[in-house]
Amino acid sequence: MTANSKISTRSEPPRGAITRLAFHLAYKNLMGAGLRTWLSVGILSFVFVLIIFYQGYVEGFYQNSIDENIAWEYGGGQLLYKDYDPYDAFTLQDGHGKIPATDTKDLVPILIRQASIYPQGRLMPVLVKGIEVAQNTVKLPTQLLQQSSAEYPVIIGKRMAASVNLKKGDQVMLRWRDKNGSFDAGNVTIAGIFDTDVPNVDIGQIWMPLKKLWAMTDMKGQATLFIANNNYEQKNLPKWKFKTQDELLTGIRALEKMDKITGVIIYLVLLAIAMLAVFDTQVLSIFRRQQEIGTYISLGMTRKQVLGLFTAEGCMHSILGVLVGFIYGVPIFIYFTRQGIGTPAAVDNLGISAGKRIFPDFSPELIIGTAVLIIVSTTIVSFLPARKIAKMNPVDALKGKLQ
Amino acid sequence: MKKILYLFLLPAFLNAQNTPDGADILRKVDKNMISKTSISTSQMVVHGRRGSRTITSKSYQKGEVNSFSEYLSPAREKGTKMLKLDDRLWIYSPSTDRTIQLSGHMLRQSVMGSDLSYEDMMEDRKLEEVYNAKVVGEDTIGGRKTWVLELSAKVDDATYEKRKEWIDKERYIPLKEELFAKSGELLKRVLLSDVEKIDGRWYPKKMNYKDMLKDGEGTDFIVDEITFDTDIPDYIFNKASLKQ
Repeated sequence: MTANSKISTRSEPPRGAITRLAFHLAYKNLMGAGLRTWLSVGILSFVFVLIIFYQGYVEGFYQNSIDENIAWEYGGGQLLYKDYDPYDAFTLQDGHGKIPATDTKDLVPILIRQASIYPQGRLMPVLVKGIEVAQNTVKLPTQLLQQSSAEYPVIIGKRMAASVNLKKGDQVMLRWRDKNGSFDAGNVTIAGIFDTDVPNVDIGQIWMPLKKLWAMTDMKGQATLFIANNNYEQKNLPKWKFKTQDELLTGIRALEKMDKITGVIIYLVLLAIAMLAVFDTQVLSIFRRQQEIGTYISLGMTRKQVLGLFTAEGCMHSILGVLVGFIYGVPIFIYFTRQGIGTPAAVDNLGISAGKRIFPDFSPELIIGTAVLIIVSTTIVSFLPARKIAKMNPVDALKGKLQ
Repeated sequence: MKKILYLFLLPAFLNAQNTPDGADILRKVDKNMISKTSISTSQMVVHGRRGSRTITSKSYQKGEVNSFSEYLSPAREKGTKMLKLDDRLWIYSPSTDRTIQLSGHMLRQSVMGSDLSYEDMMEDRKLEEVYNAKVVGEDTIGGRKTWVLELSAKVDDATYEKRKEWIDKERYIPLKEELFAKSGELLKRVLLSDVEKIDGRWYPKKMNYKDMLKDGEGTDFIVDEITFDTDIPDYIFNKASLKQ
């Protein structure tokens, strides 16, 4: 009533007072609408929480993948022999060269050869990776190779161990070829089984001391690639090409981008549904509240002010939605950030580096950005049907005539 | 005294005279086993844990490096073709209408679940070129008298550094082969039988390959028909022929 009496004085009220009045009226109308409002608010809050949750999950998933790949496989970058292409099996045979005579203290040499193992009388092709045992650039437990007294000690990942049914201390026949292609064979001993989130260093491969592999294949001084540590300063070495950490992570980042695009499509659809609800509510409001609109104008409000009032009402849906989203979303976010989300076993078998538990990354930018996105888009959607008010005849509106 | 010594040494001397040179034996074996060209229809019987499967194929071979095979049955494999040129191998699969080149670890996989790997099928050099041979004894295999030969590689790139061969004394055909790794580990055993004279040469029509590191009964390779030194047009040994 106070608000109405202020308008009836006919003197031009201050701008701030009009805005306050608009929000006050908008709030009263929203609360008055009851279930209709709370349905819209509920949908908006659900979309708000879902967008943040999905994006946070994707962010956390790939951040974990990147961290694990750096820790287990990429280090500070890799120096590859010029003829070796990790994505082309044809290059494995000849893609190796002599270790450069220059300083390689920040590099861990790895030689890769193809071979076969015979677990339980079955033949299985494997990659044999010889690695310098005295390294701490990657998390592979190469110290186990150093500690073992077996003639051919090897370490394997848990996936490999499960697929060939081997455990620590078991022996398995390995058949390989020397540098000239002659077959050789011998029993290798499992010196340890490591647990990694990076299938690239696990599935279908065994790790052994580089010097052993050199002796077995008669390839002393040869390497397929080096893993650099973070102190490595890039040098121009003939016949070797350096791939930075970023270059090595290109594949993972491309996957992340693809997943985020998929996420955007999903949440645009959700957002569109929510916006449809807001749009419908607005159209209904303007249709049902024509006499109210006429009264506002008769009492001295300009069409713009009435339009602003209705837009503010729509906008308040989203503000309420975000607030409600915060109320029940924040505890959910905190819970999952602390507890993580279990990864389905199927993901592990896809060859993607995913941790056993993914800890979503709900950054402030993500939360604020999503809130702004929802508020702005709701405001726009609220404004569109409200434009009709500008064309209304106040007398007809007061009479309640349909326009 | 000297006469008595001669009397003791004579049997050994006569025996040495009757034992042919290892290289001669290998030369004769190669003459039987290796031809300029051959066209054959054969069966590969793979003995697995759940029973046996038979795969029939027609093969064309030219020299020591080129070969072309087409699988005729079973229906699932029918139309699959394999082309080997030098040290490269392509496989065409009719179900996908795709040709893929095999390399590296793929070559080490078994052919259709058999005891033969693709790279085993690519081994075709003459024994005489690769190995030095020494006759180390005599044996009887399937009622046939054989020379037992120990082969050691004389080239660096021999697939198997050591082999042991049981060679039919009359027909100069291996009746048994054992293939060893450098470490001395027995890797493969081949039993050859059903020896027939075809186009003037002795040839074993049945071979049983056994990967000694694997469980199972091995794989039988049975030649139904074979002709030697027939003219084979060059277009057969071409990648284009895989899709025809």
